[in-house]
Amino acid sequence: MALRQCAIYGKGGIGKSTTTQNLVAGLAELGKKVMIVGCDPKADSTRLILHAKAQNSIMQMAAEAGSVEDLELEDVLKTGYREIKCVESGGPEPGVGCAGRGVITAINFLEEEGAYDEDLDFVFYDVLGDVVCGGFAMPIRENKAQEIYIVCSGEMMAMYAANNIAKGIVKYANSGGVRLAGLICNSRQTAREDELIMELAAKLGTQMIHFVPRDNVVQRAEIRRMTVIEYEPAAKQAEEYRSLAQKIIDNKNMVIPTPITMDELEDLLMEFGVLEEVDESIIGKTAVAEATA
Amino acid sequence: MPAMTREETEALIQEVLEVYPEKAKNDRAKHLAVNDQSLEKANKCITSNRKSLPGVMTIRGCAYAGSKGVVWGPIKDMVHVSHGPVGCGQYSRAGRRNYYVGTTGINTFGTMNFTSDFQEKDIVFGGDKKLAKLIDEIEVLFPLNKGITIQSECPIGLIGDDIEAVAKIKKKEHGKTVVPVRCEGFRGVSQSLGHHIANDAIRDWVLENRDGDDSFPTTPYDVAVIGDYNIGGDAWASRTLLEEMGLRVVAQWSGDGTIAEIEKTPKVKLNLIHCYRSMNYIARHMEEKYHIPWIEYNFFGPTKIAESLRRIAAHFDDTIKEGAERVIEHYKAEYEAVIAKYRPRLEGKRVMLYVGGLRPRHVIGAYEDLGMEVVGTGYEFAHNDDYDRTIKEMGNATLLYDDVTGYEFEEFVKKVQPDLIGSGIKEKYIFQKMGIPFRQMHSWDYSGPYHGFDGFAIFARDMDMTLNNPCWKNIKAPWKKETASEPVKAAA
Repeated sequence: MALRQCAIYGKGGIGKSTTTQNLVAGLAELGKKVMIVGCDPKADSTRLILHAKAQNSIMQMAAEAGSVEDLELEDVLKTGYREIKCVESGGPEPGVGCAGRGVITAINFLEEEGAYDEDLDFVFYDVLGDVVCGGFAMPIRENKAQEIYIVCSGEMMAMYAANNIAKGIVKYANSGGVRLAGLICNSRQTAREDELIMELAAKLGTQMIHFVPRDNVVQRAEIRRMTVIEYEPAAKQAEEYRSLAQKIIDNKNMVIPTPITMDELEDLLMEFGVLEEVDESIIGKTAVAEATA
Repeated sequence: MPAMTREETEALIQEVLEVYPEKAKNDRAKHLAVNDQSLEKANKCITSNRKSLPGVMTIRGCAYAGSKGVVWGPIKDMVHVSHGPVGCGQYSRAGRRNYYVGTTGINTFGTMNFTSDFQEKDIVFGGDKKLAKLIDEIEVLFPLNKGITIQSECPIGLIGDDIEAVAKIKKKEHGKTVVPVRCEGFRGVSQSLGHHIANDAIRDWVLENRDGDDSFPTTPYDVAVIGDYNIGGDAWASRTLLEEMGLRVVAQWSGDGTIAEIEKTPKVKLNLIHCYRSMNYIARHMEEKYHIPWIEYNFFGPTKIAESLRRIAAHFDDTIKEGAERVIEHYKAEYEAVIAKYRPRLEGKRVMLYVGGLRPRHVIGAYEDLGMEVVGTGYEFAHNDDYDRTIKEMGNATLLYDDVTGYEFEEFVKKVQPDLIGSGIKEKYIFQKMGIPFRQMHSWDYSGPYHGFDGFAIFARDMDMTLNNPCWKNIKAPWKKETASEPVKAAA
């Protein structure tokens, strides 16, 4: 089986890292060989697989060693649950330096050092919330991730972010082979959430590949720095992640997305009652002005 | 070749523009003009200080070049750190021939390259920690430095290194001036913005250091020389004239200059500006804040020198006015001998120039003193006020070209067939291969000084030995000579 490279995007805090690691654990259980590349200066994309607080990142080790050329692959590539390979790009503290450049440097290093092993089945890039600059688009450029999964929920900002990410994919889809492979709904238990996300997926030209319900076992596993699949294999939630993993293995639905306009998105949200009809007469009115009106 | 008429020059510009696509043609047309002395303002005929077109060969530099290379670099007792990757500092090292007195590496640092030598990790994690460390190391290794400047290269602006914070902390720790300069190369359209940024940094971080301190004893004859970078010793050849007429030169900006001189400049009576383009900003600021008047002067060639000396003297009492006359008289025999020797060899020769800040107009008088004519001139990074000052210096119907492209310059030269071209190192070999005598007018071709009466003698000699060099007779291969349709133009 040829190597499939997938990138996970989505609004900050939506549960990208948790979903990715649980899903990857599911893939590993099904016998797949997987590598996770964390592309976030926080370096928290592999802790549930490695049972670690935060893995030593490529950029952090490179800074200590002097330069990235002084690093060996085994210094940064760790193996965790079911032989899942883990690496974190790392980056600066908030407010200094250039995190985007860190992602670029780290991914170039992995390529040059031959981290993309021939017997790997999947590579998953877990990318920082917003594609703020070219560096965070690195995983979806030429010869990297071909499949993008967007984690979202029925909340307005999560859907707004999903649509924005779809716009970014269009840009790179035209110059390379990157495709949108589906939305993963990480439930926030909003009303008719599954229908809403399915509707959004349809508008974007893609599918909701799986609806991951909310379950406290995820948090219980996380406190132990474990995935649900490892912590409580018999839990119902573990079955959800296994199901997601199997769907991704079978997924053939790769599209150039058709992002929608802000108005279309608002209409959709209003249809599902997430957003209320805007009363044009109150725009720009202060409380005082309204009281005297 | 007889002088071109206005119509001929206009036709030439149209012909040269012909190869460009429509959009480029419209843009470049605004930068090429036929000189008209009757115009009051240059913006009627020429556009300047605009972005160069992509795809053309421009001869411009960047903001870093304007700050580190031009304004700050020559201040000899400060260490100028090129903050960023190693190349900018290394390739601009010691290239401008700003002469200075001192022991390099001990109390002066002009020709050395200090850099924070950015690596990937400095980009990703920020370079401020490394900068702080290297400033500490400079203090240990070069304790006689009088201050440090931080010259930002492009990446600094992209990653947002807080160099101002580092400068403030290190200033406090070491008790020396540390100046952050935001002269990232991508800012602005040419080196010109770098000059402005550097001037502003002097204003904000150095100039007011001695405000309220009257311990420096002043005289009524204190002046500062501003915008002389002492290339090949130019400032020294200028300074002697000012001193001989009775003035006291308190500061030289910035050739062979020191931070102490800059700090004392607000105490002078008059600021004398040679390179208006690169330092008019600080002169205007001192006029506003310290009420110090400023005047422009020109020390190229005896005619302009005499004019300038008299104009400077007019700001002072009779002793200085008499001093100016005495100086002019004193050098008269000398410069007349120079003219007597070289003018017959150079009379009627036609020159095309393309240089930087002040020379495209300032050297015209020196050529005229030798009987030569400047038939085309242009600036790399001028603004409108530079062309305002150029219109009157150039003859009617001569060519003006702003931010000239490599292609345009070559075509103009082919058609105008000047006897001499004065421009930079990048242009030199192309024109020499075309068989046209060439002088570097940025570096004086490793000669100089050209300022002052002393410099004029060297200038005249250099023009003669270039123009009348026997090599130009041998520029064509012997087996091609029979078929040559026209003789080599420049052959004496």
